[in-house]
Amino acid sequence: MGLVTETQENRDAVLAAHADHRAIAALTQLSPGAIQNAKYDRGELTLTIARESIIAACRTVQAAGYNFLVDVTCVDWYPNQPRFQISYHILSHSLHQRIRFAVLVEEGDPSVDSITGVWPAANFYEREVFDLFGVRFGGHPNLRRIMMPEDYQGNPLRKDFPVEGYR
Amino acid sequence: MGNLMTAPIAVDSSEDRTMILNMGPQHPSTHGVLRLVLEIDGEVVVRVSPDIGFLHTGIEKTCEAKFYQQVVPLTDRLDYCSPMHNNLCYCLAVEKLLQLEIPERAQWMRVLLAELTRLNSHLIWLGTHAMDIGALTVFLYCFREREQILRLFDDLAGQRMMMSYIRIGGLALEPPLDFFPRVRAFLKTMPEKIDEYENLLTGNPIFINRLKGVGLLSKEDAISLGVTGPPLRASGVDWDLRRDMPYSSYEKFQFKVPVSTGCDVWSRYVLRVQEMRESVKIATQAVDGMPGGPIKADAPKIVLPDREVMKTQMEALIHHFKIVTEGFGVPAGEVYQAIESSRGEMGYYVVSDGTAKPYRVHMRNPTFATLQSIEKMCVGRLIADVVAAIGSIDIVLGEIDR
Repeated sequence: MGLVTETQENRDAVLAAHADHRAIAALTQLSPGAIQNAKYDRGELTLTIARESIIAACRTVQAAGYNFLVDVTCVDWYPNQPRFQISYHILSHSLHQRIRFAVLVEEGDPSVDSITGVWPAANFYEREVFDLFGVRFGGHPNLRRIMMPEDYQGNPLRKDFPVEGYR
Repeated sequence: MGNLMTAPIAVDSSEDRTMILNMGPQHPSTHGVLRLVLEIDGEVVVRVSPDIGFLHTGIEKTCEAKFYQQVVPLTDRLDYCSPMHNNLCYCLAVEKLLQLEIPERAQWMRVLLAELTRLNSHLIWLGTHAMDIGALTVFLYCFREREQILRLFDDLAGQRMMMSYIRIGGLALEPPLDFFPRVRAFLKTMPEKIDEYENLLTGNPIFINRLKGVGLLSKEDAISLGVTGPPLRASGVDWDLRRDMPYSSYEKFQFKVPVSTGCDVWSRYVLRVQEMRESVKIATQAVDGMPGGPIKADAPKIVLPDREVMKTQMEALIHHFKIVTEGFGVPAGEVYQAIESSRGEMGYYVVSDGTAKPYRVHMRNPTFATLQSIEKMCVGRLIADVVAAIGSIDIVLGEIDR
């Protein structure tokens, strides 16, 4: 057993070990505090970005060669706080590399800026997260429910929503 | 599921020229339950707004209540035209979480099955796409060959569709003895059959006129809208996960990745037909070079033991009981694993909190993102071209709505 190997959980250790990584280099240049936290686990790099700088971070990595937004989704860490983790998966066609951005969002104000201005592909994904988790995306051109009926109450993928629904 | 009044852009009623037309969710060319709200001016499309969610069954939520191994049959139900790709992608993701190494034979079998699935899925696409355009005969020809693939799957897994044959740690069963000769015989006839389809379609002036220059999608738009798979490659982006980020030992196979710069429905048609030929080549290489050895990883706490072993060994019986009743714990962490499915990049994002049930499973489905490009493809074109454009995306609503 054992395919990939070492895990680095500590921000400074990851930044030191991957200093020549294109995304990390570009983000550190943007601002030294742009990366709040970093994790390297099972060959995947996760960078935690401050909620207010997600658009700037996306533009920065897009300019650094990470041209393709693959996926936007959310994880509900209820009852822990901050409750929601928005995960962005970004791919580089030229570098053959993936990175993941994580943005942590508090339950009291579940909102984050929409990145549809950077990648229009985020449109449906953000609508899905809005529909199923109730996280709002500021500046989204068409923030409506996408899966559930328009008049539906509740957000089914939240952890405090029972699997069998409310009866 | 949105009513007309909440459609995204307000209709400009001042000129009173446009009208709203509902296409679907029961229109035959929408391949399931896609509803398109078309705003049309005469027969020209002014605006397209896809309305999805009719098939939403909450699979992502259901996954959170199941053990890891119980999620495999749910994944079949997403993209029901290529169930093995879903099995494969989910299993690869969980194996990555577990850091589990898979025996070579199982990896090669997975490649073989993935390519047969791709052929199966492309045959459905070709048949229905041609039927949408009006070429009814091709549909019957395609389903004749598809039936052969389904029979192979039936022999292999006991199911024609929804096989759930790829499992965490390997495969469900050793394939039956006559499986490889039968696959080889099928693959031998397949190139001729593809010639046969091409005879019916590729030189057909009606078919060409309906597809050429229709549904244009530029390279820049394709990338910014998250389009993957054949539509991306038909827009001139040379990107195939099988070659560029190989998984399940795809790096050991020789194959070409067809790319076209036509950007239209026609080039997507030509490209998918070429892909079918490449799939035959990959599958043939897999059958010819199939290594021996076990088809399951040596991990008794994760992989179910063989029935025979269970009857003679106490530990095997205990492990079986434990896995079935309690599942197996997966170390905490999050992974994203992507494969090249028939429709593009299929990805599974699995988050574990260390227990026997996944904390979160998210499927990144190719056509969900590709559907966003329908507006770019259709605006300013005729309604009939919308049908061609939908066919060229090759949508499966099961994976879009989840």
